[in-house]
Amino acid sequence: MESNSRDASAILREIEALKATRNEIDSKISALEAQLREIKLQNGNDNGVLNNGSCPPISGLDSGFGHGLTPQMIYRYSRHLLLPSFGVQGQSNLLKSSILVVGAGGLGSPALLYLAACGVGRLGIVDHDVVELNNMHRQIIHTEEYIGQPKVKSAAAACLSINSTIKIVEHKEALLASNALEILSQYDIVVDATDNAPSRYMISDCCVVLGKPLVSGAAVGLEGQLTVYNYNGGPCYRCLFPTPPPSTACQRCSDSGVLGVVPGVIGCLQALEAIKIASAIGEPLSRRMLLFDALSGRMRIVKIRGRSLQCEVCGENTTFSKQQFQEFDYEKFTQTPLSPAPLKLNLLQADSRISGKEFKERIDNEEAHVLVDVRPEHHFKIVSLPRSLNIPLPSLEARLAEISSALEKKEDETNSGSGAQLYVVCRRGNDSQRAVQYLHKMGFTSAKDIIGGIEGCARDVDPNLPMY
Amino acid sequence: MLFLQCSGGLELLCDSVKIHKVNVEQQKGVEKLTMKDLLTWVRTNLIKERPEMFMKGDTVRPGVLVLVNDCDWELSGLLNTTLEENDVVVFISTLHGG
Repeated sequence: MESNSRDASAILREIEALKATRNEIDSKISALEAQLREIKLQNGNDNGVLNNGSCPPISGLDSGFGHGLTPQMIYRYSRHLLLPSFGVQGQSNLLKSSILVVGAGGLGSPALLYLAACGVGRLGIVDHDVVELNNMHRQIIHTEEYIGQPKVKSAAAACLSINSTIKIVEHKEALLASNALEILSQYDIVVDATDNAPSRYMISDCCVVLGKPLVSGAAVGLEGQLTVYNYNGGPCYRCLFPTPPPSTACQRCSDSGVLGVVPGVIGCLQALEAIKIASAIGEPLSRRMLLFDALSGRMRIVKIRGRSLQCEVCGENTTFSKQQFQEFDYEKFTQTPLSPAPLKLNLLQADSRISGKEFKERIDNEEAHVLVDVRPEHHFKIVSLPRSLNIPLPSLEARLAEISSALEKKEDETNSGSGAQLYVVCRRGNDSQRAVQYLHKMGFTSAKDIIGGIEGCARDVDPNLPMY
Repeated sequence: MLFLQCSGGLELLCDSVKIHKVNVEQQKGVEKLTMKDLLTWVRTNLIKERPEMFMKGDTVRPGVLVLVNDCDWELSGLLNTTLEENDVVVFISTLHGG
């Protein structure tokens, strides 16, 4: 066992080292390829056509077609140029524009891929996170080989491999009120592809202060929403939502789940809106909001209010300044942390809690016990501990009798005289504490919760337990 | 008859049902049903759990958009918006995920 695990870790280290070397080589190759393209472009013979002195090029001396697009650009973006409503002007505008995408996750992935492909001149990516296996089903810009590496690095490499002629700027940091002005001010348009309420308020406020249009998308479960804020007299995020919702009303993909393609659809639409604004075509989705219900296959566009004169940030008499922005506490305002770490409650006395390790020792010693799992049924179906009884937290009150009879049965079976123990488990060890608190109140005074839940057991006790 | 829709997670408060066809009886002597009447009715008849996730005071809680016939109720008079037969009222909780 011991030597096996040492071998495995040595192999893992070697894999990591080799991957690092490969990435280094890859980036050298793409740098050289870019250089080569540059040289070919300058020589004007990238299509293998040689210009000798006897036959001057038809196009004149310095590839001047009057619109600034090089022959390579014309070929790459030809299908854009063929669109009468987009054409050379639209593409030129796009090539001159700069767009920042905040978040390289489920929304940011397709948005970035399309923005890179379509020829946005300078494309910025902000993210502080690393790629994880449970991102892959929706964050399609990342590949398996980047698991464990910064999302920004992975996303930048993917964008460059689609279009090496644009400039990609990596901002490998969390967007905060302290650095947002500096970062956002470098771009014409901002795409909000984040996943939490404080970031959404912060990005909107920053866009108002800097006068930048904001393409905002969101998706959870099987639904998505999309609109453009702070554009052409339209509202900002705060005009629509002056007061933040209670933090308990904010569903997160890591708790509620999300069908991968749903943020994909919204992310694509965010790219579309950003492209429309950057190229100055069409009618951006300002003062309107798109609501997407994937399950029923419905997309509806609704009319929303314009800029609110009373808005604290963009209203008539507001004095919201850059300095106020930098000092504003968005986490306190929304009662939600900016980088949502899982909640870690501490509701119980230490003697009402037990570690996963200790729990395992007790089962190994065949202690008489009842284990209640208070997660929702569909969680229980993913993975559960052996011989556990699933009573979801909301139905605990109605199903106390089941616990009593399970305890009695255990006591009869074992005849231990000392009574059976009652343990409660959940996903991460928060709901189990709530349940134990309630059970104590209802007379089950010996109930204990398993610290850290199933996830804790998977981490500390049994690595074969799947995480989700 | 009115068509009500709950989404963005609000449907979880009404047995996960998103679309409701409802008949709301008007009080005698009152000519037209308003959004204020409808909210009271919804809270009593449709919301099955955690009403504080739907309402705060006499209006919807922060973070809920109300749309009457695909139009923000801010544009039609908020609580004073009057409703007609077959109107579609959507309650949608704003999403933050991505």
